[in-house]
Amino acid sequence: MNAVKNILNVLVSVAGVLLVWLTLTTWTGIIEPNRFPNPMEFWVSLKQIALQGYGNGKLHQHILQSVILVTTSFLVASTAGVTLGLLMGASRRIEAFVNPVFLTLRPIPPLAWIPLAIVWLGLDNSAKVMVIFVAAFVPSVINSYAAVRSIETPILEASAMLGIRRWLHWKEVLIPASLPLIFTGLRLSLQASWTTLVAAELIGALLGLGSILNQAAQDIYPAMILVGMFSVAVSGWLMTVLLGVIERRAMPWRASP
Amino acid sequence: MNGLRELSRRQWLVLTLLGASTFLGLWYFLAFIGVTPQKFLPTPLDVVQRFFTLSTEPFVGMTLFGHLASSFHRFLSGFGLAVAIGVPLGLLMATSKVVDRIVTPLFESIRFVAPIAWIPFAALWFGTGMGGPVLIIFMGAFPPVLINTYRGSKYVDVKYLEAAWTLGASRFRVMTEVLMPAAVPSIVAGLRVSAGLGWQSLVGAELIAASSGVGYMMVKGQQSIDTSTVMSGMLAIGLVGLLIDILLRKLQERVSQC
Repeated sequence: MNAVKNILNVLVSVAGVLLVWLTLTTWTGIIEPNRFPNPMEFWVSLKQIALQGYGNGKLHQHILQSVILVTTSFLVASTAGVTLGLLMGASRRIEAFVNPVFLTLRPIPPLAWIPLAIVWLGLDNSAKVMVIFVAAFVPSVINSYAAVRSIETPILEASAMLGIRRWLHWKEVLIPASLPLIFTGLRLSLQASWTTLVAAELIGALLGLGSILNQAAQDIYPAMILVGMFSVAVSGWLMTVLLGVIERRAMPWRASP
Repeated sequence: MNGLRELSRRQWLVLTLLGASTFLGLWYFLAFIGVTPQKFLPTPLDVVQRFFTLSTEPFVGMTLFGHLASSFHRFLSGFGLAVAIGVPLGLLMATSKVVDRIVTPLFESIRFVAPIAWIPFAALWFGTGMGGPVLIIFMGAFPPVLINTYRGSKYVDVKYLEAAWTLGASRFRVMTEVLMPAAVPSIVAGLRVSAGLGWQSLVGAELIAASSGVGYMMVKGQQSIDTSTVMSGMLAIGLVGLLIDILLRKLQERVSQC
């Protein structure tokens, strides 16, 4: 019953947005067509890029390029980040050793690494991998570090008192107790990676969702700009949903809210 | 404590210094032995020197502080606009079901668009003027302000709301005198997130569409393969971002004390 109601709610909202959009563009012309496309133009451009292609590729090629690049770099960066964060959380020595470097680099926004990545690696995929790495690394470290530090002391003491072996202590106590916050970090990491990739592709790329935006901006083609933004939003949203599914699978003991 | 043994002050100091010097040492070493040409990897000292030269000599039109001032001006406009619209709208959504129903779907559909993806429309609508970057910052800074105001007001005890409504308070008074004070801690927490996102969106906007600002300076440095200028820009952006965050954290502490 609730599911039906939810779907109905979504449908009403979509219809509402579409109605406002039609009113402002096609019906009354309050917004001029050279500033913002109407729904019909949007549909035509969407068909054009999906079937014939635009800017060096069809829509699914652009999406695949961006999504694969983000997923692989994100996986590598977050694995490294979570590992470092857990180590920093579990050992004050490692924390003291790593912190000066980490605290210096942390306030630099990921987007500010783009020029450096271009100087070092040029405009191909490796530069993008580098900036996504930076973007995904920092939130993963911070959150998994905080996760270990927020485990209640009695749990750690009980584990130590029972004389558990070190790797079991990690596998059975530290990591499971840290998972909720680790996933918070992963979600932030994924968002940051996605934003950073789009920005990097806007600056220079032959294929990818950011390159559609760039091409459409140069061609002054509002409908295609909107198609690009729409694809960025939908792909980003789908990846977040997927991460949510993985999160629920990874922590079956947590009741879903 | 967390079941971890505290390090003594001396141990901590030694390890921290060791960490910092390993990093700087490695950087120096790589730059020094020349596996990479000096213009690609300057030594840390070169970067610091460049930072100070940029502070006194103009580069692409302005000194570093000129660029910073221009970036900061844009940041304040976009961030200010986000607060000026986000807080009242959040309060209004908390008091009115109709507004909530209208705004929520629009907001949810726009929120997933990365702020950076607005750059083409920003250029189309505002040209190269001030409006473009401000729009991008606004898109980055707006969601956390709105969400935190809304959530903060939703947590207000219903009793206070009912009391205010039955005593005949106007919607405006409910918003300003009941919801607003209760939501302040949540709003301020939102401001911190939103300032961070706004500052970073600004940098992105300046990399692509601007003719002044730290981001622009970095792009020019990148085009002439002047790595120490690029790194000085990163340093400046990091420092100002840190400063903004510290200021807002102080505000947050102040608020949570009352």
